[in-house]
Amino acid sequence: MFEELSNGDSFIRHLDPRVKIAVVFFFSILAAVAVRMHVLLWLLSLGILIVVLARVPLPELFRRLIPVNLLIAFLWLFLPFTFAGEPMFSVGALTVTREGVLYAARISIKSNAMMLMLIALVASTPIFTLGHAMHELGVPQKIVHLFFFTYRYIHVMHREYVRLVNSMKIRGFTPGNNLHTYRTISYMVGMLLVKSFDRAQRVHNAMLCRGFEGNLYSLSTFSLNGRDVVSLILMITAVIILGVLEWKKTI
Amino acid sequence: MHISEGVLSPTVLLGGAVLAAAGVAAGMKDLDQKEIPSMGILSAAFFVASLMHVPVGPVSAHLILNGLVGLILGWKAFPVILVGASLQALLFQFGGITTLGVNTLNMALPAVMCHYAFRWGLKPQTSRPAFIFATFASGFGAAMIAGIMVGFSLYLTGEAFLPAAKLVVAAHLPVMLIEGGLTAACALFLRKVRPELLEGFYAP
Repeated sequence: MFEELSNGDSFIRHLDPRVKIAVVFFFSILAAVAVRMHVLLWLLSLGILIVVLARVPLPELFRRLIPVNLLIAFLWLFLPFTFAGEPMFSVGALTVTREGVLYAARISIKSNAMMLMLIALVASTPIFTLGHAMHELGVPQKIVHLFFFTYRYIHVMHREYVRLVNSMKIRGFTPGNNLHTYRTISYMVGMLLVKSFDRAQRVHNAMLCRGFEGNLYSLSTFSLNGRDVVSLILMITAVIILGVLEWKKTI
Repeated sequence: MHISEGVLSPTVLLGGAVLAAAGVAAGMKDLDQKEIPSMGILSAAFFVASLMHVPVGPVSAHLILNGLVGLILGWKAFPVILVGASLQALLFQFGGITTLGVNTLNMALPAVMCHYAFRWGLKPQTSRPAFIFATFASGFGAAMIAGIMVGFSLYLTGEAFLPAAKLVVAAHLPVMLIEGGLTAACALFLRKVRPELLEGFYAP
């Protein structure tokens, strides 16, 4: 149900996940604070380049960009009208301002640039590897544990959900707009929680039986090779140059 | 409802991240390793709830379930919601890296507030109507405060966001009712079937 993006081999897939996380982190911070249009356009171009290098399949890419752009579209309904500034043209009683349109455009570019980078990261790294990399980068062990358990339990809950729905169907449950339906569905949600809690307990007991002491072990060890270092330096340099462009008074 | 990357001003993002980090630290303070699997279940439930959309005119709000999480976990709701929100960002691009702090704060702080306001309702000696009231109010209130905080984050970014912010709060109204009903129904079921789940976490 929640399949990770798995795509073919790419150069980015083989990079050290710690490098990828660091680059996306600094890139996102710069994009969040940048306001100059040409810097933002450069960031967007960089994002597009990385997504192309990561070989994210196009239909998948667009499907993932939809939720972000829905909110952006919602803001476009308001910002051009509510932002004070030089009027461009009027629609009835409402006036579209130049500043408003520019502001909305900046938000759209920023948002999409950051999302492209995030998608490239997720598409080229399995979730469990990301978890181990976060641990290596200093995220507290308990948070990483919670992250792993949660990811695992999303699948467990989905399987329990399918079982419950099937058993309801077998007993001839047909949903309608009545109290019986609401009660049944809320009991199902409650039962889902109870069953998942029980399974969580069993999983944890099984882990304790196998000597789990709260330590994380990864089958793959991370090591920085030449390619990682070069990519890291290149990307960080690009981010720094754009940062300088952003803060320089005159270009 | 999540705020996307690139919308909020750096000040709001930083403020949200600092406050969320403080909340997570408070939640982690006396967190025992053996509580993590059960917290993972609630975190997964929180994640799945965000996939259930309630269409409201132009925007689509989704269930948050932070009332239930907060009621059961208190301050531990912060790490649970942080993890849930980061998985949402990674798997579905609901929010991203820079908005993680604000989004966590907007959903987890109402959860903690409802925990302190309504945890009396979870005591075993509470009568059934009072129990239903407390759990409904917790789900309703947590969704309401979350909606207001999302609107407020937008407003702090710029005055121009005010109409959009108002609409966001209004859009949460049906969500509040559904959240309240769902939280009450789930809690009632748990009280009947597995009361220790409600009391096990209950910190005096």
